[in-house]
Amino acid sequence: MLAPDLHTDPMVPVLARVTRRIHELSDIVTFEMEVDGWQGFAPGQFNMLSVFGVGEVPISISGPLSDRSKIIHTIRDVGPVSHALCALRKGAVLGLRGPYGAPWPVEAARGRDVVVVAGGLGLAPVRPILYELIENRDRYGKVTLLYGARSPREILFAEELGQWRSRLDLGVEVSVDRGDEHWHGHVGVVTGLLRAADFDPANTTAFVCGPEIMMRFAANGLVEAGMAATDIHLSMERNMQCGIGLCGHCQLGPVFVCKDGPVFDWAFLKPLMAVKEL
Amino acid sequence: MAIHGLEALLRDHPRFRGMPEEFIRAVAGCGKNVVFHKGDYLFHEGEDANDIFMIREGLVSMEMDAPGAGPQTFLTETAGGMLGLSWLIPPYTWTFDARARTDIRALAFDATCLRDKCDADPALGYAVMKQFMPVIVERLHDTRVQMLDLYRARS
Ligand SMILES: Cc1cc2nc3c(=O)[nH]c(=O)nc-3n(C[C@H](O)[C@H](O)[C@H](O)COP(=O)(O)OP(=O)(O)OC[C@H]3O[C@@H](n4cnc5c(N)ncnc54)[C@H](O)[C@@H]3O)c2cc1C
Ligand code: FES
Repeated sequence: MLAPDLHTDPMVPVLARVTRRIHELSDIVTFEMEVDGWQGFAPGQFNMLSVFGVGEVPISISGPLSDRSKIIHTIRDVGPVSHALCALRKGAVLGLRGPYGAPWPVEAARGRDVVVVAGGLGLAPVRPILYELIENRDRYGKVTLLYGARSPREILFAEELGQWRSRLDLGVEVSVDRGDEHWHGHVGVVTGLLRAADFDPANTTAFVCGPEIMMRFAANGLVEAGMAATDIHLSMERNMQCGIGLCGHCQLGPVFVCKDGPVFDWAFLKPLMAVKEL
Repeated sequence: MAIHGLEALLRDHPRFRGMPEEFIRAVAGCGKNVVFHKGDYLFHEGEDANDIFMIREGLVSMEMDAPGAGPQTFLTETAGGMLGLSWLIPPYTWTFDARARTDIRALAFDATCLRDKCDADPALGYAVMKQFMPVIVERLHDTRVQMLDLYRARS
């Protein structure tokens, strides 16, 4: 894992500058930003982003690993801090602490089939995995991306998904909860796509990201398909403050999501998920 | 396609895996291979549910027509999927339209033939129900999750 080494005090943010702003969907914006001394990140890690005078929130890094010149974040406007972040324009300055968290174990998937299941905005935190899989395609077996969105108009990274779909070495299927007259693809929950997906359950690593109910459903579907719970990895979200395992805000049973996660395997998570309000 | 070809397809199908051989033969005896072209309707709402479709290739949308809004797709099925459960319960009438979104290859099982065989042989009936029950339960679970509208922004 990459250690945050931007500065000596991990609670003090460094300054990041927005170099590009991409309006993805009505409530989702992608930012490219630069930070002096950025050492890169591992897929699945997040940064704590702050708008001065408003607040600070954890946001996953959604860009490629290979390009250290920019940090990419895709943010949905859901409340005060994310709203202020989404309102930033090119040239704006914000605070950044990170990268934090335990990454997706992508290395462990080498030589195996890979299934990525993402729902809604959950495609952003798994995008670095897809960049890695594509960049080093020969190191992995069959690669399948199953993506679920609310409607055709709410498909994230639609252009990039189209490019991935056109590749013969990737299986990419997109399903929407509600179609429209122009939509000719799948309609139904993303986990329905699992039933037709082609992978060897005994030799597959799965990465799942999206709303928690969708992740539970997907993990159970993967187990039903014959996968071991230890081969299924999920990215959890909990309210965070310090991001580095000091304050306890993100506690999930015996772990802190910020430090021990956000990525955990299903063998660990399943019993915790059964506990309400955890 | 010859009956033994259908039997092989059924034996390999995840829904029928493990089904005793004599039941596979009985089910296959009611089946035939069918093809639909893109845009064709497999059936319409209100028609008699005469067939059970097992999709081998292609994408089928299940739709209901809303006045002024046209066909509303609520689910699609693809290779390996089963289409239609209305043949199981009276009045055996389709409750939606099924349209081929691509060219389709499927197995169609004559619902009357299968119902008659199941009525005559309760052990076969039970075995067939055991194959179809998971489809019903999966549909129910999927619909539940779909209704939760999980991807909307929480506010
Ligand atoms: C490890 C981690 C990675 C994350 N990565 C991303 C990311 O890449 N992009 C991104 O946009 N967000 C991401 N989030 C979620 C993001 O941190 C929250 O949306 C943010 O903290 C909300 O803060 P706010 O002040 O804008 O809204 P708040 O006032 O905190 O919340 C406003 C409303 O949004 C709801 N809400 C809060 N958090 C979430 C959430 N996670 N999902 C859905 N609704 C929520 C609240 O219930 C509330 O109703 C991540 C969270 C974690 C823990
Ligand atoms: S956010 Fe403080 S311990 Fe995790």
